[in-house]
Amino acid sequence: MHAEAKQHDFEPKIVAFVCTWCTYAGADLAGTSRMQYPANVRVLKFPCTGRIDPVFILRAFQKGADGVLVSGCHPGDCHYMAGNFHARRRFAAFRALLDFVGVDLHRLQFSWVSAAEGGKWVEVVTELTERVRAMGPMLEFKSLEHEEQWSAFQAMADVPGVVNTPELKEAYDKI
Amino acid sequence: MSRIGVFVCHCGENISRTVDVEQVASAAGEIPGVAYACDYKYMCSDPGQNLLKKAVAEHKLDGVVVAACSPRMHEKTFRKAASAAGLNPYLCDMANIREHCSWVHEDKKLATAKASDIVKLMVERVKKGKSLAPITVPVTKRALVIGGGIAGIQAALDIADAGHQVVLVEREPSIGGHMAQLSETFPTLDCSQCIMTPKMVDVANHPNITLHTYSEIEKVEGYIGNFQVTLKHKARSVDESKCTGCGICMTKCPKKKIPNEFDQGHGLRTAIYVPFPQAVPNTPVIDRENCTMFQSGKCGVCAKVCGPGAVDYQQEDRFSVEAVGAVVVATGFKLYSIDRKPEGSPIQGYGEFGYGAIPDVIDGMTFERLASASGPTGGKILRPSDGKEPKQVVFIQCVGSRAREKGISYCSKVCCMYTAKHTMLYHHKVHDGQAYVFFMDARTPGKGYDEFWRRAVEEEEAVYIRGMVSRLYQKGEKIVVMGSDIQVGVQVEIEADLVVLATAVQAQDGADLLAQKLGISYDKYNFYSEAHAKLKPVECATAGIYLAGACQGPKDIPDTVSQASAAAAKVMTLFSKDQLERDPVVAKVNEKYCVGCLACKKVCPYGAVEEKEIRDRQGNLVKVVAYVNPGVCGGCGTCQATCPSKSVELDGYTDEQIMAMIESL
Ligand SMILES: Cc1cc2nc3c(=O)[nH]c(=O)nc-3n(C[C@H](O)[C@H](O)[C@H](O)COP(=O)(O)OP(=O)(O)OC[C@H]3O[C@@H](n4cnc5c(N)ncnc54)[C@H](O)[C@@H]3O)c2cc1C
Ligand code: SF4
Ligand code: SF4
Repeated sequence: MHAEAKQHDFEPKIVAFVCTWCTYAGADLAGTSRMQYPANVRVLKFPCTGRIDPVFILRAFQKGADGVLVSGCHPGDCHYMAGNFHARRRFAAFRALLDFVGVDLHRLQFSWVSAAEGGKWVEVVTELTERVRAMGPMLEFKSLEHEEQWSAFQAMADVPGVVNTPELKEAYDKI
Repeated sequence: MSRIGVFVCHCGENISRTVDVEQVASAAGEIPGVAYACDYKYMCSDPGQNLLKKAVAEHKLDGVVVAACSPRMHEKTFRKAASAAGLNPYLCDMANIREHCSWVHEDKKLATAKASDIVKLMVERVKKGKSLAPITVPVTKRALVIGGGIAGIQAALDIADAGHQVVLVEREPSIGGHMAQLSETFPTLDCSQCIMTPKMVDVANHPNITLHTYSEIEKVEGYIGNFQVTLKHKARSVDESKCTGCGICMTKCPKKKIPNEFDQGHGLRTAIYVPFPQAVPNTPVIDRENCTMFQSGKCGVCAKVCGPGAVDYQQEDRFSVEAVGAVVVATGFKLYSIDRKPEGSPIQGYGEFGYGAIPDVIDGMTFERLASASGPTGGKILRPSDGKEPKQVVFIQCVGSRAREKGISYCSKVCCMYTAKHTMLYHHKVHDGQAYVFFMDARTPGKGYDEFWRRAVEEEEAVYIRGMVSRLYQKGEKIVVMGSDIQVGVQVEIEADLVVLATAVQAQDGADLLAQKLGISYDKYNFYSEAHAKLKPVECATAGIYLAGACQGPKDIPDTVSQASAAAAKVMTLFSKDQLERDPVVAKVNEKYCVGCLACKKVCPYGAVEEKEIRDRQGNLVKVVAYVNPGVCGGCGTCQATCPSKSVELDGYTDEQIMAMIESL
């Protein structure tokens, strides 16, 4: 691991989309407990993972993120009752799409971190940062810079009902 | 061009130790749209807040970012200050550079860079922010209390005494919880029943309390001030309105040999029963699994003997909906089970302690029942196997607790004290008996607690052995307990007649499921989480829901009662107003673009989306669009991320704001 990290000696940019109630509070707890983790992550707070539009993830990659983390409440624990289930369905479809356009899915991490799991937040962030560091900078998306291509992609990301194919079901189960 | 002010807090040294605050402030000053940036030692202090107010006026700021601690800590403080300076409070946001930065990183250069980025993100957010007006909603001044142990009883009585209606829901046939089972209570040794029963009766007689026993929470909808809670009233098979509590059914029921849960299975009860003589309400319930009538259709004795005709075999589960403004959760704890391996649980059993195999290995609650005058032995300490009086009793503390390798790392808090109590009760009842206690530490912080413990050791002759038990086994009539005394450094072996395990306090079965219905959070042990460990110990993060007693973590009675009264006080504060201001983070539909596909309606977890018909002047239907009821909307934003035409938007989290934040990365 160490040797690998040396090899790609760069500081990856990690963007985290988190919900207020669980993961944001979990990250707060990591702070109050003075746990340590890599300083590469930038956190964007949402009321619920249900609010996170896949387009945001694409945009983050396009804007130079090397890794993206989406984290919310555990299934069943959503402050808004079911927002995270919708998020899960949506991202299941979206992962397949990302895969299709050639983004290495190792750069995208979904996780559940509750308000009481400061330690898990540290683990998740550290793991993703080190994994992406080893992978090197994200270059694939530079080709998506043309806006027309971009909007076509954007349109595809949200077609309702796409989640019903077996491939997507499989992707869904993996999350 | 915006005119944003950025205020970077040192938080004493908490932030400035690892983040170069001056550099963060000067970098912020360079962000387009920032009109003013400074740093200050304590932004939350009075002078800090005044600094903010003055800057808003002097520099004509139209938005504010305070880079300091978590918004969960001080967002309200600064929004209030901004509002006092004439700014819309929703144009004030916090950049969390403490919990998310200075406290979790050591490298000053990296931490400073990160802090600057966090500030930039929030500046972009505020730049695209809109003025929002808080939504006012009415408050239903009626409280729901879940759980009728001492916590729920105390909270219900306090709220009811303040003149508000209370709905108290208990899932067992009687209220009372664990305290009703105790014999005498530390640290004063007063009889539990004597102090508990009057409170139970007060609940039953209070004009403001509606008691629903043998009932559970089915569904919870709504939000602070306006919850709709569906209750499930399990079929009791006895009509509460007819039953006079005469108890003749119980004397005549032919099924008499059912182990009594209240006595931890050591006493017997009938199929139609009240859990204990002082039960509130005093209405029996039929345990259908053990009732001959339900199992084979033959019997019906209780219905025949019941004068008022209260027994009803046809009764079914019933549901009712209660409108309440606040909820107190007081569902208590359960004890780590020594006679059953916890199913599907990561927690390992104590096979080495005769786990369920040796009848004279019991738990602390069983000892309470043996010591209790109303218990199965009439208060005599007799061993379960042969009814003989044990002369050597070994107590083992920390069974399950503080054993990370077994799955529980916390301290159960009450065991040191109740074990000391048990040795005293034993000594009082069996004068020639000897009590031994294996313990790791004696934890006795509490008023009068250490004195109580010392009394057990110094006056009541309990022998305390510091060390753990490695194994115990049955040898004839005796139980051989093998352990170590780490203070003296020797192995000890005691031939005991009875072994009492101080088993860990755990969260109730189904605690997680109830939390999911309520939308509150819980820790990895399923204990409910308070909003702030120090400053908000009774509030849940979910507004309008409060915690009392052992459901939040192991607690003794004094702590439980204090927290219950505190929760009641919070409820009364909420009920002191007729209207409540709510965060205006709600979704709005742009009717021009909405195509009426109603995908939002399908995903909205609150059922806040309604159909709205748009008609022209002649009254012809033009189209159907979605409409979000702002009173019902919870503000999750799921609709917005789902809407294919991007025509619903969540105030405070608009696409424009989020995109601007991402662009700034
Ligand atoms: C062996 C032993 C001895 C003890 N001795 C002492 C002592 O001497 N002094 C002292 O101060 N403390 C003592 N304690 C601690 C004391 O028992 C607790 O502090 C107290 O019982 C906590 O009260 P509670 O109301 O929070 O929980 P509980 O007593 O557990 O009551 C919770 C109630 O909620 C109900 N409930 C649970 N789930 C639901 C649901 N989903 N819906 C509706 N209702 C529900 C339960 O049926 C129960 O009635 C002792 C504990 C043990 C184990
Ligand atoms: S019907 Fe059931 S509860 Fe009633 S007397 Fe018979 S066995 Fe007992
Ligand atoms: S934000 Fe949308 S989905 Fe969430 S509660 Fe409000 S209307 Fe429903």
